[in-house]
Amino acid sequence: MSQILSPGTAAPDFTLPIAPDKKISLRELRGKPVILAFYPADWSPVCGDQMALYNEILPEFQKFGAELLGVSVDGVWCHAAFAKDRKLRFPLAADFEPKGDVARKFGVYRGNDGITERALFVIDKNGVIAWSYLSPIAVNPGADGILQALEDLPE
Amino acid sequence: MSMLRVPVSSQDHVQGEVQAEITLVEYGDYECPHCAHAHPIVKRVQKHFGKRLRFVFRNFPLTQIHPQAQSAAEATEFAAAHGHYWEMHDRIFENQARLSAAFLLELAESLGMAAPDLRNALAEERYAAVVKNDFLGGVRSGVNGTPTFFINGYRHDGPFEYADLVSAIEARAGK
Repeated sequence: MSQILSPGTAAPDFTLPIAPDKKISLRELRGKPVILAFYPADWSPVCGDQMALYNEILPEFQKFGAELLGVSVDGVWCHAAFAKDRKLRFPLAADFEPKGDVARKFGVYRGNDGITERALFVIDKNGVIAWSYLSPIAVNPGADGILQALEDLPE
Repeated sequence: MSMLRVPVSSQDHVQGEVQAEITLVEYGDYECPHCAHAHPIVKRVQKHFGKRLRFVFRNFPLTQIHPQAQSAAEATEFAAAHGHYWEMHDRIFENQARLSAAFLLELAESLGMAAPDLRNALAEERYAAVVKNDFLGGVRSGVNGTPTFFINGYRHDGPFEYADLVSAIEARAGK
């Protein structure tokens, strides 16, 4: 079992698809805080699931100029259908091929289950991890930790 | 462990006594089916603990997936201003399948409030800030979906069927 990357570590760069014809690289987001939210799978069967919650809280994240990126091993078409259904207003990245590669680099892949952990990272404007959190897989971690971490970032 | 960051105050809608040993806070959404499911369970829990427990409800509308949730929450705040908060709260949950703008107005009428007043209050978003305030306090406390319960300030993670809530409350009581 690998360890979740801790604060002070440079966030590994990655490039992942966020739509069938569109990719995102972490380094493109330098200059503003980035929230990476790894979650096990699209379509968890509850209202208020983690991504729906973050969608609702998005304006609060944006007050800090932060970019939010959801990451799971689901493919882009799955993400697209999920995002449409939940009316998500932020991108979902597909850590699909090689499967879980980015999650492994961040130390949050569950090899036995073939899914990512439920893990959060706040990366500062210089690309360094400012805060990370590994949640029990069945517990939606909410957003209080993210907001606290954003608040604690130096100007 | 996520903790309730906004203490219960006179701004809250409370059932029960200030000195109650147990405070159960629910963050909920009037259009959320899980909250409607929890509604009668909370009633049973209140009955079970009697004077030992006070119950507080705060708004946490997930407006992106529940288009009626915000106006329903604002309608309960309107009802609160007219002394009918809990009746409005109960009737919305009991009739969730019928939730609509027209139904909220009908409910207001049936509780002796003027429907046009409610229509105006909703149109001018008179209670939007109150609802938003609940929502933001919930976010800072680690509300992670609806319903989210806090028992004496501690977030309750896990199922919220009657037996689950009773045992979680017993475990926290008197600590």
